[in-house]
Amino acid sequence: MEQVKCECGHVNPYGTAFCESCGKPIEETTKPLLDMRYEGSARRSQTYNKTIIDKIWNFFSSVKVGVWLIVITLIASAIGTIFPQQMYLPPNVTPAQYYEDQYGWAGKLYYELGFNNLYGSWWYMLLLASIGVSLVICSLDRVIPLYRALNNQGVARHETFLRRQRLFSITNVNDERLFETLKERLAKRRYHIREENGNILAEKGRFSRWGPYVNHIGLIIFLIGAMLRFVPGMYVDKVLWIREGETKEIPGTNGKYFLKNEKFIFETYEKGKENEVFNAAIDRVGSGMVAKTYQTNAVLYKRVGPVIPGEEPKLQKVKEYKIRVNDPLKYDHYALYQVDFKLNELSKMSFQLIDKKTGTSFGTVTVDLRNPTPSYNLGKGYRVELLSYFPDFYFDNDGNPATKTKIPNNPAFVFKMYAPDKPKGEVSFVAIRQTIEPFGSNKYKMAFAGIETRNVSALTVRRDFTLWILGVGGTIFMIGVIQGMYWNHRRIWLKRVNGEVWLAAHTNKNWFGLKNEIKSIIEGTGLTMPIDQVGMEKKAAQGGNEHGATQ
Amino acid sequence: MMKKQRLVMRTVILLLLLAAVGYTIYSNFFTEKTEIKVGATAPDFVLTDLNGKKHRLSDYRGKGVFLNFWGTWCKPCEREMPYINRQYAVYKKQGVEVLAVNVGEPKLSVQKFVDRFGLTFPVVIDREDQVMNAYEIDPLPTTFLIDKDGKIKQIITGTMTEEMVKQYMESIKP
Repeated sequence: MEQVKCECGHVNPYGTAFCESCGKPIEETTKPLLDMRYEGSARRSQTYNKTIIDKIWNFFSSVKVGVWLIVITLIASAIGTIFPQQMYLPPNVTPAQYYEDQYGWAGKLYYELGFNNLYGSWWYMLLLASIGVSLVICSLDRVIPLYRALNNQGVARHETFLRRQRLFSITNVNDERLFETLKERLAKRRYHIREENGNILAEKGRFSRWGPYVNHIGLIIFLIGAMLRFVPGMYVDKVLWIREGETKEIPGTNGKYFLKNEKFIFETYEKGKENEVFNAAIDRVGSGMVAKTYQTNAVLYKRVGPVIPGEEPKLQKVKEYKIRVNDPLKYDHYALYQVDFKLNELSKMSFQLIDKKTGTSFGTVTVDLRNPTPSYNLGKGYRVELLSYFPDFYFDNDGNPATKTKIPNNPAFVFKMYAPDKPKGEVSFVAIRQTIEPFGSNKYKMAFAGIETRNVSALTVRRDFTLWILGVGGTIFMIGVIQGMYWNHRRIWLKRVNGEVWLAAHTNKNWFGLKNEIKSIIEGTGLTMPIDQVGMEKKAAQGGNEHGATQ
Repeated sequence: MMKKQRLVMRTVILLLLLAAVGYTIYSNFFTEKTEIKVGATAPDFVLTDLNGKKHRLSDYRGKGVFLNFWGTWCKPCEREMPYINRQYAVYKKQGVEVLAVNVGEPKLSVQKFVDRFGLTFPVVIDREDQVMNAYEIDPLPTTFLIDKDGKIKQIITGTMTEEMVKQYMESIKP
């Protein structure tokens, strides 16, 4: 591609709309105003389109493509929220079946199109990645020509360039001191002034133009941080359910750390226990209705010696901590957050062996629901054997008692009761509020005698080495936004043409502010206030009677 | 000259972007995010069976190990247990061992289950979830095929037919 030499002598890259230096349009257009976007520079993507590399590059360089990628991603993300994602389905269901059963043909389609696992699907990731690529290429393709154009801009501008600026005026003045006064005033307003053969270019806030690109750099760093989460060891996010009194390995620490739950505390705001000023508020919602504290009194241990899962660990106490919501236990870059709880999980259940007729008790049997003992000797020839135990009892499809989980939510037992007068024993099926005697009427009975419960606490185990990268990315993003938002890139050109003074001005945003500034700069100098040619065009289009711009 | 330089720059930048995207997608979909993956050494562990005997995985070097994680409430586990039991009788003589790890249920329930199906292979209980954590067990049943060098040959989640159990045991014969 050949380069284009302007009459001012500046050599422009192919595709440039108007000369980088003097601003004379390369190709004559009939439009009254110049399109100042990217300073008329040639976006490189639009000029070279030969090899496959160029074609890929040009595809991603298009803002239109970028916007479509974002729109498609938004739509897909929205669809992903219509039905629950697969990870939130209840366990023990077949996803394919579940979606169809719950949501009919729509659910089936949803599953078959892969929306059940949308946010982790390869095509969703590919969309996000394409947005990232588009971001990089779009930015590169615009920031470099823009930098070039702003760097090469000349002070002396061609007449057509000035005429075709949005703000433009011509004044007949014969004041030798005029430019000196203007320069003084411009400098006071922090304009950077360049002068060449009696032409003036006053410019300020150019760095505002780099805002969007700084912002994109921040986004890219953010994306890199998000990408690093997939590197093993960079990011841990697990859940630990731990009962009171239990010592358990902390998942995600490779068996290195253990935690003991001493106690889980759940407190509410209760009347009489709080400061009087809260009484009205407590009355309104009811005493004991609003949670005050969720707290796990925990002890952190470190395993010493080699880590062999299953082996009884040798533990060394590291520290004690009261874990509360937003007040995690932190150690070795790990953090344990209070995230959930379950109050009063059954831990032990007691029964009395009684004679159904007389009600005489022959002793108490206490069953540990986590790991029950199979037989209980009550002395004097009375004995109870636990034949079967169902922690989370239900009748399965074949009508047999079974358990749903290993958690004692609804325990049921099959006891065999031995007594001196029943040496062969009697079998009794005992569940909560129900007793079945499968082999006819029994003489003895296991009567419910009490329960013991304990609380279970759930903690999130988190380790995140990508957080600072996300922080840096986010900060740079914000700096870019501020840079682009709160500063304007303003330029004012002044040129003497045959005893006339031509004034033109451009800003990338806030034209109102620029007009006000010009007004105060030219005040009392006799210069004509520039006319807003866009405003004139609009009025003309609306059928106003006012005249067009002076041309 | 300029054109050539531009092409090189574009190619380099595109390759860099492609590498970043490729790595993310690859590490997300084609590798496990942990050390538990096919080809890695199976983490060693020690667990006690119902008779009080300790079983250490590394003691089984030289033999193929069919490592099955299960629970009594899990119906698919229940279905495949008799298959495993029958094929074990055949492959035991050929150097394949079965270790069934129960996911921390009461010994009583496990014992009853073992008696009901007459299981002849060692059944150990992972009382503290340590082995489950180490193997990152999510759905049940999950079976690890471990070869004679202690390497994970295959990870199977979901129910197996008897034919599959047979093929899997065949594949880890030393």
